[in-house]
Amino acid sequence: MSQVDTNPVKEYLRMDRMPSIWCPGCGIGTSVNCFARALTQAKVDLKKTTVVSGIGCSGRVSGYLELDSFHTTHGRAIPFATGLKLANPELNVVVYSGEGDLAAIGGNHLIHAARRNIDLLVICVNNFTYGMTGGQVSPTSPGGATYSTAPYGQFETPFNLPHLADSCGAVYVARWTTFHVRQLTKSIREAFGKKGFRFIEVISPCPTLYQRRNKLGDGLDAMKFYKEASVLKNGADTRELDIGFQSPIIVGSFVNRDRPSFIEAMNKRFTSVFGESYKPYPEGPSKAVQGC
Amino acid sequence: MAADPSGVLTGQHYLDGNHAACEGALAAGCRFASGYPITPSTEVVERIAARLPRMGGMFIQMEDEIAASITLQGAVWAGKKALTVTSGPGFSLMMEHIGLAAMTECPCVYIDVQRGGPSTGLPTLPGQADMMQARWGSHGDYEIIALCPESPQECFSLTVEAFNLAEQWRVPVMLMMDECVGHMTERVVIPPADQIHVVDRRWTKKPPGEFKAFEPGPDMVPDMAKAGDGHHLFVTGLTHDERGYPVMNQKAQEKLVRRIVDKIRLNADKISRVEEDQIDGAEVVVISYGITSRVAMRAVQMARAKGIKVGTMRLIVAWPFPENRVRELASKVKAFVVPELNYGQMSLEVERVAAGKAPTVLVPHGGGEVHDPEVILEAIVQAARGAR
Ligand SMILES: Cc1ncc(C[n+]2csc(CCOP(=O)(O)OP(=O)(O)O)c2C)c(N)n1
Ligand code: SF4
Repeated sequence: MSQVDTNPVKEYLRMDRMPSIWCPGCGIGTSVNCFARALTQAKVDLKKTTVVSGIGCSGRVSGYLELDSFHTTHGRAIPFATGLKLANPELNVVVYSGEGDLAAIGGNHLIHAARRNIDLLVICVNNFTYGMTGGQVSPTSPGGATYSTAPYGQFETPFNLPHLADSCGAVYVARWTTFHVRQLTKSIREAFGKKGFRFIEVISPCPTLYQRRNKLGDGLDAMKFYKEASVLKNGADTRELDIGFQSPIIVGSFVNRDRPSFIEAMNKRFTSVFGESYKPYPEGPSKAVQGC
Repeated sequence: MAADPSGVLTGQHYLDGNHAACEGALAAGCRFASGYPITPSTEVVERIAARLPRMGGMFIQMEDEIAASITLQGAVWAGKKALTVTSGPGFSLMMEHIGLAAMTECPCVYIDVQRGGPSTGLPTLPGQADMMQARWGSHGDYEIIALCPESPQECFSLTVEAFNLAEQWRVPVMLMMDECVGHMTERVVIPPADQIHVVDRRWTKKPPGEFKAFEPGPDMVPDMAKAGDGHHLFVTGLTHDERGYPVMNQKAQEKLVRRIVDKIRLNADKISRVEEDQIDGAEVVVISYGITSRVAMRAVQMARAKGIKVGTMRLIVAWPFPENRVRELASKVKAFVVPELNYGQMSLEVERVAAGKAPTVLVPHGGGEVHDPEVILEAIVQAARGAR
């Protein structure tokens, strides 16, 4: 039997589009496997699940999933997904994209969607670089690492993404590396069970560009490093989650809170203003999972 | 199909163009709007924000126009009719997503209430200098449809029309208003719902598995499905095949981009709409649109009083440009006179199509106010003199 035939998540993938564009050792595919497993385990309604990506290597994820797939413009997956979700709250809307896409060009949308508590699950593949365009510096690039556009080393302060999402009001925030397949799968499952703006950062190797330019070896070396350098700290204060160049990486699930989603808050407000005559806007299911 | 009565404010009203455009959208079945405030367009979304919650709709003020211009497309793929509204600077920010809508054949409506530009320009004063941007503003080759209302009444009816054209041809449709039309208050008659023609989405009847989201019908336009219907849609701004799958080669590019251009170009005569007056036997034809066509009317009356044979053509649909009609007239008339609130945009199109058979006289104006009719009159007189 070929490897493809035994792929346990193949029913979630557009097999007619395989092989993917991702390089050997790239972590994006690993994260997709975890995502697909979480879909099965959580018994998510696949018909109502839709994935939206921006542009980038990570932005190609939506197009490999056998779901409703939207591959939008660079940085704008979140506002597109906002339109989908608000127009049909029955949909389970997932945004899957890279850190350049979501936190640089799309940073404004990220913070506002979190602030509004739009009911979206955002999976952010953080490989510390712009893979698709050839390894440029990104908003999470650690100080000292070199890039095609930072040939003398990165000197800006990088974003700590879980802290950003947390401080903007996300109801669920976690970070894992692609070494943590079981934990990541579980985390995605957990996030499917919540309503509101949920943010999962996946630290992922880009062997072709980031690893090579910084002499960090291949994908396997990255896995070894993640294994050694990761520090599990569930519930950690998100202010303490900065990542330096080859420094320890704090992983875990950090935030799990409840606050009214955009539509819930809207309905509450309008009901208080209009009284009985207001017909509440459909709020959609309270969670994406059917049982878990 | 008749309009859904829940959105139709049947009766006689005194409305400004911005409010009338909002009512047109609701009558057309628009139940989703995303916006970002900008003068002189803000009244459209203000009214929508007040009206939609009471009729099961959704309005959201986004963080910027880049967001607003794609949020509505998400709503369309979820099954709603949707619009966004802006003016010059915001329209500039929306351009990438107008290209996305063209490439993914997303039926949606963009309203641009034009003010004086470039840049921040004259926020509270009129302009008509976004006409070429409406046509060419996003990168790459594509076609859109653009309408130009000249009164609040038309802001209502052409907004309905904009939604209908978007659904029929699956393109982004621009309603190119101007500050004057947006802020002038006039009588607006909103007919009963059953007298308002509304075009429904071209929903596919094919089951999942058989339906190909970008397979064109006989009119070159594909039918549509929405997220959540089990079709596993694949929608991308990349060049794609009939399933929507990315294909990175020249052949796929030729097939797709040729079609999204041709579906409008080859049907231009069906889409095109102009209003003509006294064209037969005219020596000079004044071509104008929006508020300028009302100002030009005054000049035309003065010219006629002087015994000059002047006809008028008002562009109701500016894009696609009425090429065949203007070409036909070019061999009959002595000259075209084109007043517009810019330094030459639609006049370039008239000139191109006339191809030297009749001269095109531009009556330019930088915006900030409307033309002095005397200046248009002078151009007509000169054109007629040159013609004789
Ligand atoms: C408006 C716009 N600007 C720039 C680009 C070029 N571009 C494509 S992907 C990308 C960066 C992607 O980086 P990231 O989101 O980190 O994803 P990765 O490729 O690393 O997975 C850039 C700058 C674009 N497609 N559109
Ligand atoms: S360039 Fe980097 S991020 Fe992109 S596919 Fe290759 S390894 Fe993955």
